[in-house]
Amino acid sequence: MQTAASIDASVRPWARLWSGRRRWPLLATGGSLLAAGLVLLPLFFLVLQAQQSGWDQIERLLLRHTVAVLLWNTVRLAFLCTLLCALIGVGAAWCVQRTTLPGRRLWSVLLVLPLGIPDFVVSFGWVSLRPSLHGYLAAVMIMTLSLYPLVYLPVAASLARQDAVLSEVGRSLGLGPWRVFLRVTLRQIWPAVLGGCLLVTLGLLAEYGAFEIVRYQTFTVAIFTEFKLGFDTAAACALSLVLVLMGIVVLAGELAVTGRGRITRSGAGARRIVTRVALGRWLIPALAMLSALAVLALGVPLGSLVYWLIHGGSSTLPPASILTAASHTAGLSAGAAALATALALPVSWLAARHPNRYTLLIERLAYLPQALPGLVVGLGLVFFSVHYLFSLYQSTLLLIVAYAVLFLPLAVIGLRASVLNAPQRLEEAGRSLGRRPASVWLRVTLPLIAPGLAAAFALVFISSATELTATLLLRPTGVNTLATQFWVYTGNLSYGAAAPYAALMVAVSAIPAYLLSRRMTTLDQTPAPRQMPTLEHT
Amino acid sequence: MSRLTITELRKSYDTQPVLSDVNLDVPSGSLTAVLGQSGCGKTTMLRVLAGFERADHGVVKLGPTTLDDASSYVAPERRGIGYVPQEGALFPNLTVAANVGFGLSRRERRGSAVVDLLELVGLTALGRRFPHELSGGEQQRVALARALARRPALLLLDEPFSSLDAGLRTHMREEVRTLLHAQGVTAVLVTHDQEEALSLADVLAVLRDGRIVQQGTPDELYNQPVDAQLARFLGAANLLSARIEGSVAHTALGELALRAPGPGGNGRPELVLGGPGPSGSAQPELVLLRPEQLEIHPASDAVAGLAGRVERCDYYGHDALLHIRPTEPCGADVLLARVAGEHSLPVDTRVTVAAHGLAAPIAYDSVTHHTR
Repeated sequence: MQTAASIDASVRPWARLWSGRRRWPLLATGGSLLAAGLVLLPLFFLVLQAQQSGWDQIERLLLRHTVAVLLWNTVRLAFLCTLLCALIGVGAAWCVQRTTLPGRRLWSVLLVLPLGIPDFVVSFGWVSLRPSLHGYLAAVMIMTLSLYPLVYLPVAASLARQDAVLSEVGRSLGLGPWRVFLRVTLRQIWPAVLGGCLLVTLGLLAEYGAFEIVRYQTFTVAIFTEFKLGFDTAAACALSLVLVLMGIVVLAGELAVTGRGRITRSGAGARRIVTRVALGRWLIPALAMLSALAVLALGVPLGSLVYWLIHGGSSTLPPASILTAASHTAGLSAGAAALATALALPVSWLAARHPNRYTLLIERLAYLPQALPGLVVGLGLVFFSVHYLFSLYQSTLLLIVAYAVLFLPLAVIGLRASVLNAPQRLEEAGRSLGRRPASVWLRVTLPLIAPGLAAAFALVFISSATELTATLLLRPTGVNTLATQFWVYTGNLSYGAAAPYAALMVAVSAIPAYLLSRRMTTLDQTPAPRQMPTLEHT
Repeated sequence: MSRLTITELRKSYDTQPVLSDVNLDVPSGSLTAVLGQSGCGKTTMLRVLAGFERADHGVVKLGPTTLDDASSYVAPERRGIGYVPQEGALFPNLTVAANVGFGLSRRERRGSAVVDLLELVGLTALGRRFPHELSGGEQQRVALARALARRPALLLLDEPFSSLDAGLRTHMREEVRTLLHAQGVTAVLVTHDQEEALSLADVLAVLRDGRIVQQGTPDELYNQPVDAQLARFLGAANLLSARIEGSVAHTALGELALRAPGPGGNGRPELVLGGPGPSGSAQPELVLLRPEQLEIHPASDAVAGLAGRVERCDYYGHDALLHIRPTEPCGADVLLARVAGEHSLPVDTRVTVAAHGLAAPIAYDSVTHHTR
C-alpha cells in the first residue's frame, strides 16, 4: 500500500529535501554538519599545530613563570569583574522591574545601551581622557561598565516574566521582604544570573583590545603579542589551548550549576500583575547609584568620543578614507551574517523538528564558539590556511568564515524562537490543502521564520562590524575595517582621527541595543511575548 | 480565637473601584466560602486579607488584632495567615519536603514536622520529588501542607480546585474539608463555582460588584436568597408572582406557606424594593421555588395544579431538569422541575405541575426583568 506522501517522494525525490517526514531532510542535515565542521575546524587545527610543535615544547612553554602571572591576572580579573557585573546587573534589574522607581522606561533603555559600545571603545574613551589609567583596577572598572548589561538583560527579562505569586507565598510563610528576595526571588532568577555571568566571564577571557589599551596582561593579550609581534606560533598555540580550556571549564561549571533546579510553573493560570515595592527612603540612593552608573558607563565613553570628534587632532599617519573602511566593514559583515544565518538555519531547524541525541549535540556545538575567543578562532584558521590551503590565507573568504563561526551562537539564538514558532502541524495543514511541500515552505514556513532570520542576520552583522581581534589576525592586506583603522589610530595616540571610526561603530551597534531594551519594556506589559531576548541561553 | 471581621473594606486600582464596601464576618473555626463571578473582586479581597495589598479604607481584624486600618498595617509575614494560591504556586526549585518546610525554622525542619504534614495530606512517599513531577491534585495538597506548616490562625484558599479535572475536584474538596475541620483551622475560600461553594462551606458569602450581598449558611442562601439575581446565581430558580397574605403565598401552583425570614445576619443588606409598594400588603410579589420543589403529575391525574407542556428535558442521568411551558401565566415563562432520572419525560408531554415546601419571598429588583 502506498500513501500519497510516498508516491510524492518517489516521483520527485527532491521533494524530500523540503518535506522530510520521518527521514531527516538531506539539505538540513548537510547544512548542520557543515556548521559543526566549521565550528570544530579552528579547534582541530589548534590542537594539530600544538602536536606539530611537540607536546614537550608545549609543556615547557606552559610551565613558565609568565604563564602563572597571566593565569593569576586573568582569574582575578574574571572573578572581580563577574562579581561586580552580577551585583550591578541584578540590583539594577530589580530596581527597574520590581520597584516604583520613577522613569523606569528611560532607565531600561539607558541601562542596556552600554552594550552598544564596543569594549575597546569604552577603554579608549576613558584612557584618552585620563592617560594615567592603567592596570588591574582600571581593567576591572572598564570591563564591568561595558559588560554588566549582559547580566542586567537576562535578569530583567526573567524578573518581568516571573510570577510574583511565589514571592507572596514566601511572605505569607513568614519571611520578610529581604529574606523573600534571597530565598525566593533570587532562586527564581538564578539561572538568568548565572547565564549572564557566563557571558561576562567568556567575554573577559576573549577580550583583547580593551586590555591592550589599559596595558593589562591577560592570556588573550599575551597570545596576541606572542603571535603578532614575536611570531612564536608554538607559544601562542600553547597559551590558546589553556584559554580554550578555561572557557570550557567556565561553560561546564555553568551547565553543572543550572542543570539541576529547573523552573516550571505548576500550571497555566492567569499571570498576576506584579506589585511593585515602594522604595521609600531608598529612592534617593537608588537614583544616585543608577545615575552614577549611567554617567560612567555611557556618559564618559560617549562624552569622550564627542570631545575628540569636536577637537579633532592631527595624525602623523597617512589619511585614510572612513568611507572605504565603512564599505569594507559592511561588505565583510554582510557576508558573515548571510553565511552564519545560512548555517544556523539547518541547525536550529533539525533541533526543533527532529530533536534527538545527534541534532541536539549539533545545536550544542553551535553554541561552542561562545567559549572560543576570536583570537583562538583566528589562530586556528591561520594555521589551517597557512599549512593546508594557502590560497585562503588572508583572503576575504577566510575572514568571513571566521566571523560566521565566531558569531554562529548569536545566529542560532536569533533563529531559535521563530523556528519553534513554525510547527510542523502548520506545514501538514498546508499540504492537506493540496499544496506541494516547496510551496508550503515558501508560503507558510518562510514568512513565519522571517523575523528570526532577520534577527540572526542583524545580530551577526553588528557583532562582525565591531570585531577587532580576529580581524587583526585575518584581514587581507590593505583591507581596513572600521575597527582595525580605529585601532591603528589609537595605537598611534591619534585620538581625534580615531574618534569618527568609533562613533560610526557605536552608531551601528547602539541600534540593536536600543531595540533589545525596547523589547524589554514591552515585555513589561504584554503577558505572553512571542519571543524573548534569549541571551541567557547558552 | 481567630474570628475574622472585615468592616467597610474598600480598595481601588487606579480609580477603578474593585471592592466598594465589603463587610464580612468569618466565625472562628469555620470554612467560609466567598462566591463571586470572575472580576467581582474576590481575589483582591483575599490579597488584602493576606496583606499583599493595603486597604484604601476599612478595618480588617483577626481575633483581637487589627491587621489593616487607617493607622496600622501588619506585614504579610507577621500575620500568621496561610495562603494557598491558585495552581498551588510551589517553589519549582525545591523538593516537596523543602516546599512544605519552607516557612519553618531550621530546627523545626529537622524534626518530624515536615513528615507529619506530608502524612496529613497523604503524600509521605513523595517528599523527595520536585513539583513538576507531581499531578495537579498532589501539587494542591503540597501547597496546603506548606500553608498549614506554621499553624496559621487563618487559611486563605484562592480557587484551589479550579485547575483540577471534575472527578478529582470533588474528591479534593471532600478531603480538604475533612482536613480543615480536623485541624480546626479558620479558612476563607474564594471560588466562582456555586456548586463548590454550596457543598463545601459552613458559611457562604456572595460577593457581587465589590460588595457582599448576602452571608449565611449555604442552605439559607440557596433557599432564601436576597434577590432574584442571587437566586439564579446559586442554581436553577422558579420566580413566580404571588399574592401574599400573612404567611401564605397564593401562586398559580396553589397556596404555599411562606418561609420565615431568616436571621438578619451580618452583611445582609436591606432588601431593595423596586416593586410597587411595601411588602406585607396584598400587593403582587415574587416567590422563589427551587426546581426540586415542583411536582410533576400526568395531565390525566386529578391533581390541583398548573397545566403545562414539556418543552425541553435536560437529562443528567441521576436526575433530569424539565422545562415546562405553563398554559396560564404564572409569572415565569418556563417552569423548571427537577425529577429523578428515571422520571424524565419526552418533549410535548402534557403535565400538571404542583409544588411543595416553603416559598421564599424575593424582592423585586431592577435586575429581575432584565436577566434571562
